Amino acid sequence: MTENKQDSLKKPLSRREMLKLTGVAGLGLLIGGGGAGGLMALGRKGSSVAAVEPAAADKQGLPFYGKHQAGIITPAQDFICFAAFDVTAGSVEELRRLFRDWTAASAAMASGQMIGEHNTTLNTPPTDTGEAAGLTPSRTTLTFGVGPSLFDGRFGLKGPKPRGLRDLPAFAGDALDPQWCGGDLCVQVCADDMQVAFHAIRNLARIARGHAVLRWTQEGFQRTGRADPAGGTPRNLLGFKDGTGNPDTTDAVLMDRTVWVQPSDGPGWMAGGSYMAVRRVRMRVEVWDRSTLKDQEATFGRHRDSGAPIGSRGEFDPVDLQAKSTDGQPLIPATSHLRLAKGDGSQQILRRSYSYSSGLDPKTGQLDAGLLFISYQRDMDKQFIPIQTRLAKSDKLNEYTVHVGSAVFACFPGCKQGGYIGETLF
Amino acid sequence: MLSMRKSVTLPAVVMVTSVLLAACGNDGAAVNKVSEKTAVTSEAQTASQDTSKAGQEATAADYSVAVEGYRTFAVEQIDAFVKETEKFTEAVKAGDLEKAKLLYAPARMYYERIEPVAEALGDLDPNIDARDGDVEAADWRGFHRIEKALWADKTTDGMSEYADTLLSDAKLLRAKVETMDIDASLMVTGAVELLNEVSSSKVTGEEERYSHTDLYDFAANVEGAREIYNLLKDDLAAKDKQLNQQIADRFEALEKELAPFKDGDGYVSYEKLKDEDVRKLSQNLDALAEPLSNMGQVLGV
Repeated sequence: MTENKQDSLKKPLSRREMLKLTGVAGLGLLIGGGGAGGLMALGRKGSSVAAVEPAAADKQGLPFYGKHQAGIITPAQDFICFAAFDVTAGSVEELRRLFRDWTAASAAMASGQMIGEHNTTLNTPPTDTGEAAGLTPSRTTLTFGVGPSLFDGRFGLKGPKPRGLRDLPAFAGDALDPQWCGGDLCVQVCADDMQVAFHAIRNLARIARGHAVLRWTQEGFQRTGRADPAGGTPRNLLGFKDGTGNPDTTDAVLMDRTVWVQPSDGPGWMAGGSYMAVRRVRMRVEVWDRSTLKDQEATFGRHRDSGAPIGSRGEFDPVDLQAKSTDGQPLIPATSHLRLAKGDGSQQILRRSYSYSSGLDPKTGQLDAGLLFISYQRDMDKQFIPIQTRLAKSDKLNEYTVHVGSAVFACFPGCKQGGYIGETLF
Repeated sequence: MLSMRKSVTLPAVVMVTSVLLAACGNDGAAVNKVSEKTAVTSEAQTASQDTSKAGQEATAADYSVAVEGYRTFAVEQIDAFVKETEKFTEAVKAGDLEKAKLLYAPARMYYERIEPVAEALGDLDPNIDARDGDVEAADWRGFHRIEKALWADKTTDGMSEYADTLLSDAKLLRAKVETMDIDASLMVTGAVELLNEVSSSKVTGEEERYSHTDLYDFAANVEGAREIYNLLKDDLAAKDKQLNQQIADRFEALEKELAPFKDGDGYVSYEKLKDEDVRKLSQNLDALAEPLSNMGQVLGV
């Protein structure tokens, strides 16, 4: 091997370069190229921007470094792999090292590079596990947070525990199972390809070995960009559009008000970050499927087909909570999900949920499917908690859902190249 | 077991190649051990990245102290294994059910410590250690066949022949190890394999499904890996202090996790473990195996 070639081996290889080098390239590149072309053609045919965007970002990936972490106001990708970790490291130095290593690996994966230096060395396990070799970055984002339990005194952390970072209060009807709750750390990986997303979680868990262990994981999906080139509001597994009322993520002022922790909010290490609420909500799909369309629509407060508020025609028509039917009852029922979630409109959260399907419940033989609810907010106490309290108390949807998992994480601000995620705390 | 055997095919082939390479120079190299070692170390350091060729000729001399140390260890273990297996098979043949049950797990530990050595020697491993379903029913013999009789059928009836074969297989292992070529590469791969063994069958309670003595095997596999690491740790520390420290710490963490399950000279039944205990043991094992699997690259073998 020449001197030159050795040098080039030390540089991280893109997944595609990697293929070329190992000589498996030909076929993979042809297929890959065809795939990308296909996507772009789709984008041209469709009128929506949403479908074109993924194709462009497919090539270089979404930026990992920045003021805020990616994966929060980023338009939702097709798939999620979510993981909560428990820290086994004994010192804050070790935590710092873990986050440095995670940051380097994440930046590589977000841009479609192989992790580490040893991917062609024969006598060692490869540093990258390889299943994403030759694949595009697929708009991968990796978003990191810390849970309340990290502040239990095991580590001398630089920053204080935020007031709002604590386990969620018990809501009416909660049926939480410890196997879906909590965690010292979390990673939300989203990507337009499930294999790419899984690759990321797997490699982060591998890097964490000896420092942190997996506590629980959940994969999720929504309709893909390919199945819905127009990029409409995705439907949940109950068949209804979910996320119509989300705040506009392109409105920076609104994002500062609802999503990003401001320097004046304190603590300083969270400025530019966001609080994440996670709920694993199982849907009783069998029961739901036996209820009439009228009941279903009354439950959500929307028409199933159009997604419009009951009594309106368009999905985005203004919601008129005063509208009454001919018999004097509110058109949008008092116990409907829409009315309760909206409240007086003073609390908003950014929802970023995915559907999940985890096989079947061995006890009943019914599907274990539902929603991996994720929301981001600037302040848990002023946003998520009052909304969920209201919903838990009277939402008609509760007949068909049961909350089995719950966690809260403080997601760090972003970092610059050369820095690492979590540097403001560690 | 079966899956493990498949995975050894490769190292076994590599080994044969290195027998050929090493054969001619072996005698002379042993004499010059010390002086060559220093020379080779610096050479290996310059080679750093390109490990495909670099190590090869250096290996035999470089790690000959460790390799000889391991051969001694393996022979000691197999000697004891033959002795203890003899006591065990005698009890089986004498129809002493309780005595046979007592001797079963301790005898196996000697084998479990050096399992990669046995696995590199063809059919010996399945003959001695196959579990029900690993091989065709007609070919099933060895420890686990007798284990099933002792614990599930609660009898030694019909086990006499299996006992004889087991002992002769054990003796065959002893004879074969004498002429076997051991090199640093086998050691490094073997250490990881020992932990993989634990990870895939012992920690799940599948290895000793009738006797539930899995923790004996667990401990022995870890001790076997620990021995290999101990023999190589000075070389490793010289090349990568941090990796060496990490491996040392994680051995300690795993041993600490296992310690509460000690019971006299042995270990508690696998059935006494709670789900949480199993998960913790498994996670500590993975935490150790990960850095351990990088040892070969750093050592250049």
